[in-house]
Amino acid sequence: MIYKKLWRALAAFAMIHAAGTARAAEITVACGSVGTDIEVCRKLMADWTAKTGNKVRIFLTPNSSTDQLALYRQQFGARSGEVDVLMVDVVWPGIIKEHLLDLTPYAKGVQAQHFPAIIANDTVGGKLLALPWFTDAGLLFYRQDLLDKYHEKVPATWAELSATAQRIQDAERRAGNRDLVGFVFQGKAYEGLTCNALEWIAANGGGTVVEPDGRISINNPKAAQALDMAARWPGTIAPKNVTSFAEEEARSVFQGGNAVFMRNWSYAWDLAQKDGSKIRGKVGMTALPKGEGGRNASTLGGWQLAVSKYSAHPAEAADLVLFLTSKEMQRKRALLAGSLPTWPALYSDPQMLKAAPWLARFSGVFEGATARPSTVTGAKYNAVSSAVWNATQATLSGRTKGADAVRGLEKELTKVRRGAAW
Amino acid sequence: MVKTLERPAQKTSATGLARQRRRSAVAFLAPMVVVLVLVAFAPLARSLWLSLTDARIDNLSGQFVGLSNYVGAYGLFFTGDGWIDPRWATAVGNTLRFAVVSVSIETVLALAVALMLDTEFRGRSLVTAAVLVPWAVPTVVSAKLWDWMLQQQFGVVNLALAQLGFERIAFTTEYPMWSVVLVDVWKTTPFMALLILAALKMLPRDCYEAARVDGVHPVKVFLRVTLPLIRPALAVAVIFRLLDALRVFDVIYVLTGSTESTISMSGFVRDQMIENGDVGLGSAASTVLFVVIAACTLVYMKAARVRAGEGT
Repeated sequence: MIYKKLWRALAAFAMIHAAGTARAAEITVACGSVGTDIEVCRKLMADWTAKTGNKVRIFLTPNSSTDQLALYRQQFGARSGEVDVLMVDVVWPGIIKEHLLDLTPYAKGVQAQHFPAIIANDTVGGKLLALPWFTDAGLLFYRQDLLDKYHEKVPATWAELSATAQRIQDAERRAGNRDLVGFVFQGKAYEGLTCNALEWIAANGGGTVVEPDGRISINNPKAAQALDMAARWPGTIAPKNVTSFAEEEARSVFQGGNAVFMRNWSYAWDLAQKDGSKIRGKVGMTALPKGEGGRNASTLGGWQLAVSKYSAHPAEAADLVLFLTSKEMQRKRALLAGSLPTWPALYSDPQMLKAAPWLARFSGVFEGATARPSTVTGAKYNAVSSAVWNATQATLSGRTKGADAVRGLEKELTKVRRGAAW
Repeated sequence: MVKTLERPAQKTSATGLARQRRRSAVAFLAPMVVVLVLVAFAPLARSLWLSLTDARIDNLSGQFVGLSNYVGAYGLFFTGDGWIDPRWATAVGNTLRFAVVSVSIETVLALAVALMLDTEFRGRSLVTAAVLVPWAVPTVVSAKLWDWMLQQQFGVVNLALAQLGFERIAFTTEYPMWSVVLVDVWKTTPFMALLILAALKMLPRDCYEAARVDGVHPVKVFLRVTLPLIRPALAVAVIFRLLDALRVFDVIYVLTGSTESTISMSGFVRDQMIENGDVGLGSAASTVLFVVIAACTLVYMKAARVRAGEGT
């Protein structure tokens, strides 16, 4: 008798508990850990919690995106639903496609209002695996004051950039400015160099290393020419150790007032304008130069939000993703963190431009945005990318010529592909 | 440990006491064997199994693929273009070069340091403690420390060079392998020195007395008396360092990253497993690394024994 009673009480308790969790789910979100990421994340989450009554727990990740990816892949390997919503780098959707939820039924067509290039990047095999949260692209930063001093205009092609950088560097050094260099970029052997190399090659009409249909296109004279052009920079217009520069090394030289041009991501703009910056008010920003092929190419960066396939609350998680990637929340994030929205409409929104006038400078940059070949190469993208940065660095440091580098790279990529399809 | 227990047993194998002692030896060793199987052999076996599959970091239950991670177009050896995959060859070459060069330099320097510390002088204990400091610093910390000191624009080494009127040098990009060797030598020489110093302290003083009475030149004393006597300890120190150097990872990873000019075998394994997520190929590489280390140890131990045999 007493057992029956106890059993009934237990069952009732279990039901109440189950009903409780169904009403208010707790969603675990990994939303970055660099700079102000977590602070911004908390502010945005608070709105969603107030609106839906669901709880949010923030999952802390390593800083490096490579380490984050390795961590997620280990969790996915264990079919763990530990993280419901995760921040996904622009090159990841192809790599972790098997583990992400198709958001098409939840998005209800809203994806059509984001930048099409990013949506294409996030769609793998017809499934919308992530929604863009904020975007980025390779940009050219220049010293307006130095260009004015020597009556030079902003270079439109890479050849013009080399010539202008050389002329200003030589003149300034003669005038006693010994530490000035013409151009800094990311030459270290890591993902950033792949982004830089892709920009040189694509602008020169040399393709995108691996084409969207899976063809390995790198072994062509235009790609070789682009690498040879870059190989002339270290030791002439760029410092010799540019081959050890990541984003921050390049920025420290440029922001210290010691470079005429810099290739970097949009974050450098905000920092250059801060109090205490040596170059405040002396900097311009534009799309990267065109190549011989007559087009300009900027590597697409930025982050998306996705839902893990192993999440216990897929509907709530998808709702959170749609909420955070909405126009309103992206506007809020842009104002809080200076991030670039993925809604083209926001770039011409008068209210938005009034609050953040710097946004107008970016319109147009994303039209030339080139995606890295990550969607087509899928799980093998990292191997592809490391082959690209190794071959590029070998050319930059003078160990190989462009033509040999692209031939070797083609061979290496064929090996990575293992067979006819990626 | 096994030997010391067995030796008396062999002499009196007929007695019951010996049998009892052997039984208790087995009983005492059993827990150790179990622990070894759990923490050393089981992971090794799993790694060996993974190297025969196409396991990925997000799907460890891969398909059995035979030896294709080892040999063939997508393996480490006999890729069709040559007998060894070029990137793996680079990693193997770098590792061997690093091991031989750094251990040689460390041995010579450590011997000098140990001989110096073996003499009597004021403040010797202070110097001994100071010499040990690099060894006490974790490798990641010391590598990062040197990375900053060698930095071209603001590193203290380049600052000094510039003050003296020399050109600034981008050490870690222009001389990546030498930078790595430099940091490793700085860090591990004290360890070697300490091992050698311990051997020096054990030397019988009467040999030196006799040599002094006979008026033998100090260099000859060193070559004929000191060196042969500390040879076994030196061999142990070298083998310890060699094994350590062959599996080098941290100092290279922190100082130069995964670049072709310095990547080690362990670095290659990490790149394949973590960056590329290819656990199968990574496990194959780590198994080869294990075999290489085991082979080096066996060859060295054999050689050391032969030489020790000649000496007596």
